[in-house]
Amino acid sequence: MFASNTRNLMRSSFLQRCKSTLVVAEHNNEALNPITLNTISAAKKIGGDVTVLVAGTKCGPASEALAKVEGVTKILVAENAAFKGFTSESLTPLILAAQAQFKYTHILAGASAFGKNLLPRVAAKLDVSPISEVIDIKSEDTFVRTIYAGNAILTLKSKDPVKVLTVRGTNFQPAATTGGSGTVEQAAAGDYASSLSEFVSQELTKSDRPELAGAKVIISGGRGLKSGDNFKLLYDLADKFGAAVGASRAAVDAGFVPNDLQIGQTGKIVAPDLYIAVGISGAIQHLAGMKDSKTIVAINKDAEAPIFQVADIGLVADLFKAVPELTGKL
Amino acid sequence: MARVLVGVKRVIDYAVKVRVKPDKTGVVTQGVKHSMNPFDEIAVEEAVKMKEKKLATEVIAVSVGPAQSAEVIRTAMAMGADRGVHVDVPQAEYELLQPIHISKILAKLALDEKADLVILGKQAIDDDANQTAQMTAAVLDWPQGTFCNKIEKTDAGLTITREIDGGLETIKTKIPAVLSADLRLNTPRYATLPNIMKAKKKPLKKVTAKDLGVDTTPRIEIISVEDPPVRQAGATVADVDALVAKLKEGGHI
Repeated sequence: MFASNTRNLMRSSFLQRCKSTLVVAEHNNEALNPITLNTISAAKKIGGDVTVLVAGTKCGPASEALAKVEGVTKILVAENAAFKGFTSESLTPLILAAQAQFKYTHILAGASAFGKNLLPRVAAKLDVSPISEVIDIKSEDTFVRTIYAGNAILTLKSKDPVKVLTVRGTNFQPAATTGGSGTVEQAAAGDYASSLSEFVSQELTKSDRPELAGAKVIISGGRGLKSGDNFKLLYDLADKFGAAVGASRAAVDAGFVPNDLQIGQTGKIVAPDLYIAVGISGAIQHLAGMKDSKTIVAINKDAEAPIFQVADIGLVADLFKAVPELTGKL
Repeated sequence: MARVLVGVKRVIDYAVKVRVKPDKTGVVTQGVKHSMNPFDEIAVEEAVKMKEKKLATEVIAVSVGPAQSAEVIRTAMAMGADRGVHVDVPQAEYELLQPIHISKILAKLALDEKADLVILGKQAIDDDANQTAQMTAAVLDWPQGTFCNKIEKTDAGLTITREIDGGLETIKTKIPAVLSADLRLNTPRYATLPNIMKAKKKPLKKVTAKDLGVDTTPRIEIISVEDPPVRQAGATVADVDALVAKLKEGGHI
């Protein structure tokens, strides 16, 4: 009895030691993207050592920040002109080299445009089946994710030797940015430049508002706004809350706002404390992106709109009257 | 550039509210309306446009799945694809097929058919994986242009505008390449009745994964498929004042 317990204990602590996770950091050469902190929390849930890989043309700011993040054991730094624009064709061989050297059991990144672009390429090179937008980790090989635009929850067990996962940021608390004592090491040097593709330029939407993904309050507009100019009503309301502004696909397709504001199955997934949906009917695809919000408010003149079925507080009213009135009263 | 391979998937129609099976093994698919994955329609449209601009000589539509998958290939041909390849996989096996299997099949076909470009949708609206294009590019060791908003052919290759989190990004890739279509790449055309009739005469080849030498051993085990938690119904307020009061009550203002 005693012997077998000891053996089990030894085995479990051995397994514990064997687990090691590589988190691919997302940054822009100036600052760490907050989704990396949520991803580190997911990595900690798996157990074992957590290493974070920082690759880019300038890695100082992100690696310095990561050294202080609680739960990070090691930061691997790869600063190289080859990583300009963070192309997956250049980053994949770097991750494969790190994997060959350190034999991680799990490789994680946030389920952002960056993570979604990169990790499936890495997984295919490792001949494993990646798992997208994980919302919970049951054990080292059992993961939970949504399918059918969030209308079903799939729990699956991965049979692959290396688990490659992207993590839905809104489902994991960000790791604390202080209290850590990770060591910084250089990643294996190599010729990572790829002739297959080349980064040319970026056109980022400039905004003083908080990032949609991390905002506490989001005001979102749909087709009911009727024009891009009318979005000003939402910006004024958002200013009162210090909120981010989002949109439904209809509003993006109609050209009211740029595509990076789209919330939904194929846009961004958000889960703020307060989500105010204005002139949004509440199609399945939009709900997929916001139904985990803590409090949902809907302002719509159509009392039958499906958004009212998920809203905590509904106001059936003409948004062109109700929104300015609400802004005035805050 | 000569040949474009387009991947199309048959999925439950985007407007259908799916139902989870009581035994928690999956969602109900029998007797439910299916259609072409919306992102794949965009991929087909882009390929057909390339042919119309004389940038491509031939468009081949491929679908992997059970017998009914042939329907979406016919739809792609009615939109303008020249011929089709149906990779037949029995329903039971198909349920455990993952993007890793599909990407190996597509990569093999891309080489067999001497394709210069593979265009796929950025994600299927059923598994929401968003993996197949990236993995196909990896298997082939081709560059990838994911979440395409605009694709332009230049002398040296392709100039692609991609939808990224903060806005848009432009990259250049060599050809051959694998691309994935985002929603705003184009507006897919409707197949007209004469074109649907013509599509019935276009060649459709049937092969199996085994013919292509692709191992379809499952990589995952489905533990359960369940309904998401139901949100408690809220209340409707009469006017803006009541809304403000509720927001105060909730500590939001």
